[in-house]
Amino acid sequence: MSVFEIVTEPIVPQTYADYVLRPEAGAVTMFTGHVREWTEGVRTLYLAYEAYVPMAQKKLAEIGREIEEKWIGTKVAIAHRIGELQIGDIAVVIAVSSPHRSDAYEANEYAIERIKEIVPIWKQEIWEDGTQWIGNQRKKPKEIIYD
Amino acid sequence: MIKLYYFAGLREVTGKAEEMADLAGQTVGDLYNWITDQYPAVPISSVRIALNEEYALSTDVVQDGDVVAFIPPVSGG
Repeated sequence: MSVFEIVTEPIVPQTYADYVLRPEAGAVTMFTGHVREWTEGVRTLYLAYEAYVPMAQKKLAEIGREIEEKWIGTKVAIAHRIGELQIGDIAVVIAVSSPHRSDAYEANEYAIERIKEIVPIWKQEIWEDGTQWIGNQRKKPKEIIYD
Repeated sequence: MIKLYYFAGLREVTGKAEEMADLAGQTVGDLYNWITDQYPAVPISSVRIALNEEYALSTDVVQDGDVVAFIPPVSGG
C-alpha cells in the first residue's frame, strides 16, 4: 500500500493509523475531513473531487517528507478520495505518529494546511440551485449547460 | 508537440480536458500569453502552471514531449 495516495474507494481510516504505528511512537493523531451538508446556511447535496493524480500523489509525498524533516521521529500517511462523495463521507485522512503527542498534533495540522496550498485537487460543490468549483465564481442555475 | 491539461473550472472555460499544441521552445511565461490568446475567458492571474508534474518557473522552457498542466486554485481537503 502506498502511504500517499489518491483513492476512489471509501477511505478506511484505521488502515492509515496502522501504517504509521511503530514501537517508537507513543502518539498517533488521525484527522479525517468529511463532506459537510451545511456551510453558512447553504445546503450541499454532494461533492465531486477531481485531482491531477500523478502530481497530487507526488505532492502528498513531498508534504510527508517536509513533516518528517520538521518533526524528527514522525511518520505520516495521507489519502485523499476523488469522485462523487456523499454527505458524511471521508474526503481526506491524515495519520501521523510520533514519540510524543505534541509533534503528532502539530504535524497533522501542518499537513492539511499544505494540502490546501500545493496539492492539485479540486472540490466542486453541488447545491440544489447550482454548482461551483471552489476557487471559481459560483454559477447560477441558468448559466449551467447540461450535457 | 506538447500535451496540455486543463482541470476543474479551467476545463469548463476551455471546453476541453486536454489538447496537443506545438509550443516546443516556448517558456512557461510564453504559455501564459498563449492561453490568454486562445481562451480569453481564462482567469490567468489565479492559474499556476505545472511542467512534467512539478510547479514551473516562468523562465522554464518546454520541450517536445513535455506535459503542461494549467492548475486553477486548489481546494482539496
